[in-house]
Amino acid sequence: MNDMRTMDNAVNHDTKITARDVHVHYGTTHAIKGVDVDIADRTVTAFIGPSGCGKSTFLRCLNRMNDTIPGALVTGEIKIDEADIYDPRVDPVQLRAKVGMVFQKPNPFPKSIYDNVAYGPKIHGMARNKADLDEIVEKALRRGAIWDEVKDRLHAPGTGLSGGQQQRLCIARAVATEPEILLMDEPCSALDPIATAQVEELIDELKQNFSVVIVTHSMQQAARVSQRTAFFHLGHLVEFGETGKIFTNPEDSRTESYISGRIG
Amino acid sequence: MPTLPIVLIVLAIAVAAYLLARSRAQRAAAREGRRLHSLPNYYGWTGALYAAGPALLLLAVWLVAQPVATRMAVWPVLEAEAAPNAQPALLMADVQRLAAGIDAAVASGRVPAAEAGDIPAEELRELMAGQGVALGSDVTPATRQAALRWRGLSAGGDLARTLAVIGLALVGAAFGVSRAKPDFRARNAVETAMRGTLIGAALLAILTTVGIVLALIFNTIEFFRLYPAAEFFFGSTWSPSFGGGSELGILPLLWGTLYISIIALLVAVPIGLFAAIYLAEYAHKNVRSWAKPMLEMLAGIPTIVYGLFALLTVGPLLVDLFGRNGALGVNWMQGGTAVMTAGLVMGIMLIPFVSSLSDDIINAVPQSLRDGSLGLGATRSETVRQVVLPAALPGIVGAVLLAASRAIGETMIVVLGAGAAARLSMNPFDAMTTVTAKIVSQLTGDADFSSPEALVAFALGMTLFVITLALNVVALWIVRRYREQYE
Repeated sequence: MNDMRTMDNAVNHDTKITARDVHVHYGTTHAIKGVDVDIADRTVTAFIGPSGCGKSTFLRCLNRMNDTIPGALVTGEIKIDEADIYDPRVDPVQLRAKVGMVFQKPNPFPKSIYDNVAYGPKIHGMARNKADLDEIVEKALRRGAIWDEVKDRLHAPGTGLSGGQQQRLCIARAVATEPEILLMDEPCSALDPIATAQVEELIDELKQNFSVVIVTHSMQQAARVSQRTAFFHLGHLVEFGETGKIFTNPEDSRTESYISGRIG
Repeated sequence: MPTLPIVLIVLAIAVAAYLLARSRAQRAAAREGRRLHSLPNYYGWTGALYAAGPALLLLAVWLVAQPVATRMAVWPVLEAEAAPNAQPALLMADVQRLAAGIDAAVASGRVPAAEAGDIPAEELRELMAGQGVALGSDVTPATRQAALRWRGLSAGGDLARTLAVIGLALVGAAFGVSRAKPDFRARNAVETAMRGTLIGAALLAILTTVGIVLALIFNTIEFFRLYPAAEFFFGSTWSPSFGGGSELGILPLLWGTLYISIIALLVAVPIGLFAAIYLAEYAHKNVRSWAKPMLEMLAGIPTIVYGLFALLTVGPLLVDLFGRNGALGVNWMQGGTAVMTAGLVMGIMLIPFVSSLSDDIINAVPQSLRDGSLGLGATRSETVRQVVLPAALPGIVGAVLLAASRAIGETMIVVLGAGAAARLSMNPFDAMTTVTAKIVSQLTGDADFSSPEALVAFALGMTLFVITLALNVVALWIVRRYREQYE
């Protein structure tokens, strides 16, 4: 794997997340088996692999969402900007404000569109007054590429939007807390093709400001939106490299089998 | 013939029909070389159902209808001599008792069957005393006449019933067996019968409710004929006196009911809700697995036991605190029975009710909402307060309203814990009483059943019924609206 990493560093940006020898156990299940990976800043990194390969589990290590699952145990080292996020001094609640997450199914809160986006900034005390908050909400909704569609009904319930709009609202909600990293767990799997295209376009824009990590079942999607791709299989990180190379000239035979549809 | 042998005979016919129909279908299939439409047992079941179903139904209807019809036929005999304000039901009860007594005398051989109709009225009372049948007064000739008429009609009715039911069972069995041919869709026929049975059970429950309401309504109307409705609903004094001249204002009772219920809810809602939040959001699976059943065990304690707890433990404890020479030195409380005593204990009773319903409702909030909130860097309690509870609120309101309707209908805790004094007071340490407790005391006395003092119980019951019905309807409506939101 060493040679791969040197190659990665040659691509473009600084390394944002470093993981070394990460293992995850759920009770007696060994879900992640020694993953090493470096995720670059302002890049879209895709995690692909068959169902149950551990890609979502690994994603949830990066903002310590696994802490909320009883019986989950994470070992190894994960550093964001050289700081260990599993250090006892790190507050996972603060960490999650810095590492935003978008989920598989759009999950707007049963509140207004405005309150959905204002939720994070409010609990983190990011706005001093109403005008501040209005500004933050507008900025987040613009970044979520949904401002034009909802600006006239900010106080309508978020659950009344279409599926694609709901997912972009959730992305806006996640970027409203000014995270540095955005984790996306199959964000398009519940959307129709048109909404998927809109969200993919949005992901492409988001990489200017964030380090985006996306888990996807669709290899086409990984190829379309990501610059780097990691292939997971049975809890191992099999191969990690530039997306173009993974899809055209993979080094590992398992990667090639998956790409060409023989496994998974 | 008594009912039980008739039922047994019908069942025996049904068993025979089952066996006959099954074997007939199998033989027909073998003879014609065809496959049966359904499994052989289904043919048996259709035979049995045709035999037993209509016959038992007829028996049930007959058992209800015959006494009513007999009563109507016998009443003219009594009516001529009855005092103008006499209670038909009481006179008829005497007649029935007398008829049953004569039957017993004949059965035991003390009176030859042929002479049963010739006993003079004067001797009847003595005869009945010998049979262990106590009659309230001397037997009048009219009563004797009516009893003899009753016997004659009943005997005829019983015979007709036996013949009709068994006859119908035989006809049904014959029809069921005759239908057992290979192309008969016995499986579907059983399905229809099954559905009919289930509908019948549901209908019976509904009809019973309607019957209860009707019983309340008739007596309530009777009460309002004797006592002005305005004074009942707006009177602020409750002082029934069985000698007449009672004041029967519902307001003190309603006030007591509401006051106690409010205190109970003030205890039950916060504690129950917090317990539910802990169980649903924080508790480890192992803790939950024993804590939830423990909490729900509170719901299994009979309310009379809660009443004893109020009377013996909570009441004296409160007097020690708030009574004369109490620990707080305030002398607010005169005795152990008080609104506060009953309210606190009733609150404890309602905790599992609130917590169990709320726990289910909180669990129904999708996990994805919690993940979304936690993923934004909210703490657990922020998530609960700002996302989970608002999402679960309609359901929780429904749970609270259901608990409220239970509090309003509660009786035993009030009888033992709150006292019997109907008064309008703001002091929660005063003894007060509720609508339910007064219903009990009005009906358990020696009052004449046609007096307003007794009939007021039905008006009270009706008022209570309307209040709790309204609460339940609102609660169910809210709960249902909430359920639709996430399905």
